Amino acid sequence: MATLLIRGGRVIDPSQGIDRVADVRVADGRIAGIGPVAGFAPAADETIDASGLIVTPGLIDMHVHLREPGREEDETIASGTRAALAGGFTSVACIPNTEPPIDTQAAVEFIHQKAARADNCNVFVVGCVSRNREGKELAEIGQLVEAGAVAFSDDGAPVYDAELMRRAFEYCSMFDKPILAHEEVLELSRGGVMHEGLVSLALGLGGMPAAAEEVMIGRDTALAESTGGRLHVMHVSTAGGVALIRGAKSRGVRVTAEACPHHFTLTDESLRTFDANCKMSPPLRTAADVEGIICGIADGTIDCIATDHAPHAREKKMLELDRAPFGILGLETAIGLSVTRLVVPGRIGWPRLVEAMSTLPARVLGLDRGTLRTGSIADITVIDPDRSWKVDVRAFQSKSVNSPFDGWTLRGRAVATIVGGRVKYRLPGN
Amino acid sequence: MPLVPPAPPDSLDAVPATWRHRHLLDLERLSAEEIVLLLDTAARFKEATAGCRKKLAVLAGRTIVNLFFENSTRTRTSFALAARRLGADVVEFTASGSSLSKGESFIDTARNLEAMGIDAVVVRHSTPGTPHLLAQHLGVGVINAGDGPHEHPTQGLLDIFSIRERLGDLKGVTVGLVGDISHSRTARSNIHGLLKLGARVIVCGPPTLVSPRWRELGVEVSHDLDKIVPTCDVLNLLRIQFERQNTRPFPSVREYAHLYAMTAERMKRARHDLLILAPGPINRGVEVTADVADCPQSLILDQVTNGLAVRMAVLWLICGPRDGLAGESLSAVKSEGRTN
Repeated sequence: MATLLIRGGRVIDPSQGIDRVADVRVADGRIAGIGPVAGFAPAADETIDASGLIVTPGLIDMHVHLREPGREEDETIASGTRAALAGGFTSVACIPNTEPPIDTQAAVEFIHQKAARADNCNVFVVGCVSRNREGKELAEIGQLVEAGAVAFSDDGAPVYDAELMRRAFEYCSMFDKPILAHEEVLELSRGGVMHEGLVSLALGLGGMPAAAEEVMIGRDTALAESTGGRLHVMHVSTAGGVALIRGAKSRGVRVTAEACPHHFTLTDESLRTFDANCKMSPPLRTAADVEGIICGIADGTIDCIATDHAPHAREKKMLELDRAPFGILGLETAIGLSVTRLVVPGRIGWPRLVEAMSTLPARVLGLDRGTLRTGSIADITVIDPDRSWKVDVRAFQSKSVNSPFDGWTLRGRAVATIVGGRVKYRLPGN
Repeated sequence: MPLVPPAPPDSLDAVPATWRHRHLLDLERLSAEEIVLLLDTAARFKEATAGCRKKLAVLAGRTIVNLFFENSTRTRTSFALAARRLGADVVEFTASGSSLSKGESFIDTARNLEAMGIDAVVVRHSTPGTPHLLAQHLGVGVINAGDGPHEHPTQGLLDIFSIRERLGDLKGVTVGLVGDISHSRTARSNIHGLLKLGARVIVCGPPTLVSPRWRELGVEVSHDLDKIVPTCDVLNLLRIQFERQNTRPFPSVREYAHLYAMTAERMKRARHDLLILAPGPINRGVEVTADVADCPQSLILDQVTNGLAVRMAVLWLICGPRDGLAGESLSAVKSEGRTN
C-alpha cells in the first residue's frame, strides 16, 4: 500500500471548512485523513515537508485549450498537461474548439486515451453544444455525456441562434450539465482586436465594446432563467457583465461564472505596445472593469478562476495585430497572478482563492474532486505562498510562449502537484 | 512651459544632436521641440532645394525602401521623390506580386530587405502598430507612412508645416478637423502635433465618426459644422474612408454632404482668411465642393509641395550622417538599441 505524508502545511479545504496546520495522509491514491501535527507521524513511503506551505485540494482549471487534435504546433495534450502540473493544476477541462471539434464519442475517447498515455494531470472533456460547432443543430449531447463529457461549449464562438441555445439549455438540463458560454455579439465586435475605449480610439485599432459581451450575457441569463438550464459564463471581462450575473443570481437563475487572471491583472493600456500577446477575446478591458472583476471574485458573484489557456505558436503572434490570433497562455502563471493580484493586496483570503480554483470548478463540472475529504481521490496541490519568482516563458512546459507576463516577478508558486496520490510534479530544487 | 524652438541646424552636413530618434513611428511620442526641429529642418530643405525642385547629395549612397502594403500613389511618390532629391537610391516594394502573396510574413520580408543592406524602410500598412513591430525586429530606420487609422506622421507634419508657413506661430490658432475622424490617421497625427504646438483643435462630424471620447485627448468635439466654421482659422477636410467602415456610419453620401461638406455657402460664414486643407485624395462634392477646393485660401497644392520638404527632413534626420560619424556607416547609431 503506497503511502504519502504531507507534513505540517497549512491545509485549506473549503469543501470541509478546514483551514489549519495539519498533516495530510494519502494511501493507495486516496486521502487517508487529515491529522493534527503530532510529535511524530506514522511512517510513509514518501514524505513532503510542507511547513510554511499551503496544502489544498488539487487545483482545477476548467477552461483550457489543449489544441489537440488539429493544432499540435501550438500545444498537445501531453505538453498542455505538463504545463498544468507545473502550474499546480491536477485537473483541466479541455475546450472542444479543436480540428475536428469534439462533437462525437470517438473524439471524446481520443482525448481520454491521449491524456492517459501522457499520464500527467486529469483531463475532463467539454463537448460541443452544436454539431461541428456550427451553431445549426445540437451535437449528440446524450452520447457525449455517456462518453464522459462534463459540460458543453462552443467556446471561441457564441451559440448564435437563440432558439438553438434555448434548446441546448433544455436538453442539457436532462443530464444536469452546464453550458459554458462565450458571450459575444459578433456584429458589435467585428474587426475588433481590443477593447473599444479611449485607448482603441487613440491607437486607431478596431474595438470590441463591453456591450458586445453584456448583451449576450443578458440573453443567456434570460434563456437560463426561462428554461431552468445551467449557464456558466466563461471569461467574464466587464464590470457590467459582473453586475448582470449578480442580478441573475439574486433572482435564483442557475448561473455560475469564471474570470481569468489576465482580466484582473492587465488593462487595454497594454495594447499601446501593439504586442499581439495582449490580444485575446474577450479583450483586456479598463481599470474599472478590472476592479469590477475583483469585486465579483471577492463577493462570490464570480465563482471560479479559470485561465482560458490559449497557446499559439510563436510565429502566429509575430504577425500584424489584426492577423495575429486571439489568446494568451494561462496555466503556468495562474497561481502567481492570482496570489499577487488578489491575495497579497488583501482583496481575498486564501480559502476563497482555493474555493475559486478547486472547490467550485469541481462543483460546476460535477467532478468528484476539489476536496480533501477522507476517501476521496488524492489530488493535492502544495503551494509556496511567499515564493517570489520571475516568469520566464522559455522555461514554460507549454509548447507556446504567448504570454505578456514574461519577465514579471510574481508571488506564489506551486511546489508540488499530486495526482491520484502520485507526486507528478516537484518544483526543481524543492 | 514656454516653447523655445531650438535653432535650425546651421548646416545640412550632420544631423543635430538634439534629434535622438532612430525611427519616425508617430507624432504622439515626439516632444514639441522635436516637432519644431522637424519643421525647421523641412523649411531649410525647402529653401536649399529652391522649393523642392533642386537636387542635393546629402544622402548619397543611402538606400531607402518604400515598403507599401496598402495602395498609395501620392505618399509613395512623395517619399521616393524626396529621397532622390537628397541623392539616395530608392527601391520600390509592393506587397502584391511579392513573396507576401506566397504566405511569407511581413517581418521576414522586411528582414530580407534589410539583409540587402538598406538604410531605412518607409512602411505603409493597413494595421495600426505595424511600423512599431517592424522597428522592434529591424536594425534599420523605420518611417511610418500610414498605419491603418493610427498615425500618418509625415502627413500631420506637412499639414502643420503648411499652416505654419502662412500663419507663423501655431499657438492659439484654431484648427477644425472635419469628417471621418474615427478612421483617420491624418486626424490623429494632426491632433498630437497641433496640441503640442499650442493650437486649439476642434473635431467635427457625426457622432458615428466623431465619438465624444475624443475630448479626453484634449480636443473639442462638435457635430455641427455650421457652428464651428466662424471660429476656425483653419479647416482640414478629411476624406470619408468607406473602405475601413463595417457599416455605413451615415444614411447617405447626400445627407453627409448636406451636413458636413465645405461649400461656398458655408465659406460666406467663415473668416475671410480661413485656410482650407485637405489631405487628399479628395472626394469633390462629398467633403468639399470644387469651388472651395480651388479657392485662393486653399492650401491643397501647397500641401503636396510641402510634403516633399517634410519627407526630405524626415529621411535626412533618420538616415543622415550624425556628428562625428559623417561618411561612416550607421552601424554605431544602430547599436544604440531598438527602442525609440
